[in-house]
Formats: sequence, C-alpha cells, structure tokens
Amino acid sequence: MEKIVLPEIKHLHLIDVYLANGGFNAARKAFSQSPDDIIDQVKKSGLRGRGGAAFSAGLKWSFMPKTTTKPKYLCVNGDESEPGSFKDRQIFEFNPHQLIEGILITCYAIGAKTCYIYIRGEYHKWIRLMENALADAYRHGFAGEQMKEKFNTDFSCEIYVHKGAGAYICGEESSLMNSIEGKRGYPRVKPPFPAQYGLWGCPTTVNNVETIANVPPIISNGWNWFAKIGEPKHPGTILFGISGHVNKPGVYELPSGTLLTDLIYNYAGGVPGNKKILCVIPGGSSMPPLRGDQLEGIKMDAESLKAAGSAIGTGGVMVMDEDTDLVKVLARITKFYYHESCGQCTPCREGTGWMLKILNRILRGEGSVNDLDLLISVANNIEGNTICALGDAAAWPVKFMIERFRDYFEERVSKEIKLPVANKVHSMRKTEFPLAEIKN
Amino acid sequence: MDFKFTRENLDKINDAIKRYPDKQAAVMHALWIAQAQNGWISNEVMQEIAKVLEINPEDVLGVVTFYTMYHQEPVGKYHLQVCTNVSCMLRGAYDIYETVKKSLGIENMQVTADKKFSLEEVECMGSCGSAPMIAVNEDYYENLTVEKIEEILKSLTLTLSKEEGV
Ligand SMILES: Cc1cc2nc3c(=O)[nH]c(=O)nc-3n(C[C@H](O)[C@H](O)[C@H](O)COP(=O)(O)O)c2cc1C
Ligand code: SF4
Ligand code: FES
Repeated sequence: MEKIVLPEIKHLHLIDVYLANGGFNAARKAFSQSPDDIIDQVKKSGLRGRGGAAFSAGLKWSFMPKTTTKPKYLCVNGDESEPGSFKDRQIFEFNPHQLIEGILITCYAIGAKTCYIYIRGEYHKWIRLMENALADAYRHGFAGEQMKEKFNTDFSCEIYVHKGAGAYICGEESSLMNSIEGKRGYPRVKPPFPAQYGLWGCPTTVNNVETIANVPPIISNGWNWFAKIGEPKHPGTILFGISGHVNKPGVYELPSGTLLTDLIYNYAGGVPGNKKILCVIPGGSSMPPLRGDQLEGIKMDAESLKAAGSAIGTGGVMVMDEDTDLVKVLARITKFYYHESCGQCTPCREGTGWMLKILNRILRGEGSVNDLDLLISVANNIEGNTICALGDAAAWPVKFMIERFRDYFEERVSKEIKLPVANKVHSMRKTEFPLAEIKN
Repeated sequence: MDFKFTRENLDKINDAIKRYPDKQAAVMHALWIAQAQNGWISNEVMQEIAKVLEINPEDVLGVVTFYTMYHQEPVGKYHLQVCTNVSCMLRGAYDIYETVKKSLGIENMQVTADKKFSLEEVECMGSCGSAPMIAVNEDYYENLTVEKIEEILKSLTLTLSKEEGV
C-alpha cells in the first residue's frame, strides 16, 4: 500500500532529497490556481482532520472570511499530548518539508500570511529537527519573502515554531491560541470560533500536523485520487500509533478502514505470549474503550468507530492483554485528566478529582458497588457541561469503561452498599453542640 | 540574586519578538531562554522578562505557573522525567519509576542532596510506541528495562564525576 505522509524514501527530511522527489511542485501547482479552487479540491477530497474531531479540512477553511482587513493566521497543531499518540513527531523527523509545503498551500488557500507551528515543549529534539528543516526551506526560498521570486507569485507567508511548555490542554485549539499569545493556556468559550475570532482576535484556522501534511499529495495527484483511498467517508491513509501489549508497537501508515484486528495482529505482531485482549482504546486515552471480545470486524475510520461505540481520535491504539488491571488503567487515565484540567470549569476541575478519589478507593480494595454508579454519575455531570472537550475526554473513559466492563469492576468492589456518612456535613459547620455518635 | 540576560540571549529574545504582532507572545520563548541560562525561573528572572517585554510581572508569573516545564525551583543537573501514563505503565513504567526512586533515594519532585539529580513523574511524552521511557533533561531514553535504567543512572553518575575530576 502506498504511503502518503511517511513514504519510504531515505533521507527525505533533507530538502535536496525532498526536491528530487518532486518536492514543492504541489505548491507551484496550487499557486497557479485560485484559493477557492484549492479549498474546493480539499473539500472534495474528503480530507478530515487528524487531530481528534475528524472535521472536514476543506469545510473548515471555507469558514475563513473572504473580505476582512484583519490579518489571517494558520496554526499547525503539533501539541501531540494525548496519551497513546506519537505520530506527529514522525512527520517532524522524517518528512518535515511536506508539512512545510502543506502549510504554504493552506496559507494560500485561506489567505494567511503567518503560520505558527505549535510543538509541545517536551519535543526538544523534534523542535530542533523542524526548525532545521524550516531554516533550509527559507534558505532555498520556499518560505518568506523570497517565495515570490521562487514561485513567481505575489503570495508569501512566514512560518514560525512556537514551543509549548508542558500542558496537555494547549492541544485544544483555543487554548493553543492563548498559549501562542503568551498567556495561560485557558480554553476560550465558543462561539466565536477561531475562523471569526482567533489569534489576537483575527480569523484563524487550526489544523493538526498530519492533516496539513496530507495537503500536497492531494493537490499533486488530484482530489479524486485521494477520495478513493480507504473508506469513502473518511478517505486517505491514517498514521496509526499502536502501543501497549503488542509485539511490534509503533506507527503504521495504513488506509483508513483497516481492520483493528489486522492492525493488532498483522502489523503490530499480535499480543506477547499470545494472550487474549481484554481492552483496546482505539484513538488515544480520551476515547471510549472497547471490549477485547468485541473487536472482530471493527474498521479504523471515524464512521465505523463511531458505530462501534468509540471514536478515531488521534488514531492512537492502546492494547491491553487479559492480565491488565483495568482499575489501575482507569485510575491512571483519570489522574491524567485531573492533572491536566485547567481549572476554569467546576465540573471538570472538581469532578476529575472526585473520580480519581473514588477510583483510588476501589484500587485499595475499599470500594463498593455504589461507587461504580457514583463514578458514572460524576462522569455524566462533567460531560457536556464544560467550556472545552477535556471535560468529555475525562468523562468518557470512566463512563464507558465501567459500563462496558461492569462485570470486571463488580468483581473488584464489595457488593455491600456503603452510603456516605450523612452527618459528615456537620463537621464542616462550626458548632458548639456535640454531635451524635455515628455508628456504621 | 540579580538576573540579567546575556547579550546573545537578549538578541534571541528580540528575534522572537519579531515573530508576533505583540510582545507578550514572546514570553514563552523568553522563559525558555532564561531557563537555559539560569537553570530555573526565579522571581528576579520574571522581573527581568517583564522589563524586557514591557509587560506586567504578574502576567509572566501567570504563565510560569500554568506550564509544568518551567521550573519554579532549582532542579538537579540531570532532571529525570519518568512517564507513568498508560502505554508506559502497561510496559513496566512503575518498575522503572521505583528503580529510579530507590537508586537516587528521592521521591517525586525532589532533588538529591548533592543537587546532581532531580525526579519528576510526568504525563505521556509521546513515546508510547517505544515505552517505557524517561527523559533526562532534553533527551529521551526509550524501550527501557530495569537493567537499562540502572545502566543509564550509572553512566550519568560517571559523567558527572569525570566532569568534577577535570
Ligand atoms: C483537551 C484537548 C486536547 C487536544 N489536543 C490536541 C493535540 O494535541 N493535537 C491536535 O492536533 N489536536 C488536539 N485537539 C483537537 C484540537 O482542538 C483541534 O480540533 C484540532 O487541532 C484541529 O485540527 P484537525 O481539524 O486538523 O484535526 C485537542 C482537543 C482537546 C479538547
Ligand atoms: S473543561 Fe476542563 S480543561 Fe476545559 S476549560 Fe473547562 S476546566 Fe479547563
Ligand atoms: S504513555 Fe509514556 S510516552 Fe506515552
């Protein structure tokens, strides 16, 4: 199968090699057409965002206002902090110029003159690699003012890397924009959406690294070609990052709609010791977990995974074998969201902490069956009641893990219903009166 | 202790300022540069950055406290970041974490008495496919085992004692 984003070409990260393989011809082709034509082709290609929500890229671009006196911006999201995701770093390392070329074409299509590539702070090495590639592109005239001469157009754009500093929430698009503005990375209330009110209040488009890296081949080979790859409703290849209990973890670029079992057994070499699979999280830790005994026939694309009760997310597949302690996994996932909550919304800030407390109680062997319902109820109270989707991301694993593995979790808690001590509330009041002794 | 940027670093910050329509946007760059020069972000550092960027010191503080990678206290010469998130955990991250704690005799967010090592339990670092992993300062060490981490600790100690010997 053809690889679109990570072709197997030696030293492709070097600009000379990239050029020898037809590099920057797509940009040249794009600049000879109108921006609307480009948006139209990307729309028709069916390219959907690879950063989590799988939203149509072309449609998102078309939201950018055509008539405005304000500058427009493109942000490329390389925050890549979703547990289970490690794909964008492959693009920084092995095919950075395709990303740069994609940026040029996207900026041209939406009318942006400045692009920021936001890369998580932990990726020191990949930031260096990306910055080196960018410096090479500038040196060869493929970015900045010199583009005009190089491509013989009157369009040019500047590309900068913005280094994060350790905050998962900055992957959320509005938080990312605040972070670029040099502020605390608080997500913003939407609407207004970035296309209306983005960076410094100007029209902005935010796309994932992999999304943008797909653009040059679409322009070169035609939308028609792209639309035929993989599942028609979510076409193209996807960089699947597979981790956990598999023999060959790593990133595999495969057509969308590849069977999950194919990915696990044929590409990732199956489960060590031929153990059975207990649970799979198919799209990064925010996505609803699937039962190991229900993986047969599940295809890896946005629509099929939705039908299967999960989501494609970032394509980060986490595999857990039969000996995995799911309570521990869920507690660890919840600890992550508790740690990463920015604290703006009460349900997310407090709810994640409560869920963690309850899960830790179950881990210590002190949980009871009503804790399971309590967890689901807390999760339901977070979901949909927050400014950004981190709330949902924290709620889903808890809710779906417990619903789908109810038998497993019931084994881990006492059947006896323990009600919280009703009089506890008294202890919070200042009172001179002695309180009645509470007997359990 | 007073803090002043070196000439070279000031140039770097001025270069960063040019990338944005607004000086405040360069604050994260400035903090990274300051941390490289000073090792951590002290009050004096924040004051100086505020002065250079012509913004409120409170706004610098707000940024420093939001992002986990800006050190608000000095860290060891080698800052060990152990990922214990799910993919790493499934492949033995907690064994790695315990080994590091035991060998160094410190807990999470502590620095060894000789200031050589510090330890931080971190969230997913984007190495899930080569788990378990740790980062030492800026470098990733992947596909670890308990034996490998012991070796790494040994060689780091050796490097330090060699440096001292000079
Ligand atoms: C909590 C949270 C974290 C996110 N992290 C990332 C991320 O690391 N990388 C990314 O591309 N998108 C991330 N997203 C999704 C972005 O908000 C945004 O939808 C995406 O970058 C759009 O790009 P796409 O349309 O090309 O997928 C995150 C969303 C949320 C709610
Ligand atoms: S949902 Fe959580 S992370 Fe998102 S804005 Fe609210 S508190 Fe912050
Ligand atoms: S879980 Fe440790 S690097 Fe992703």
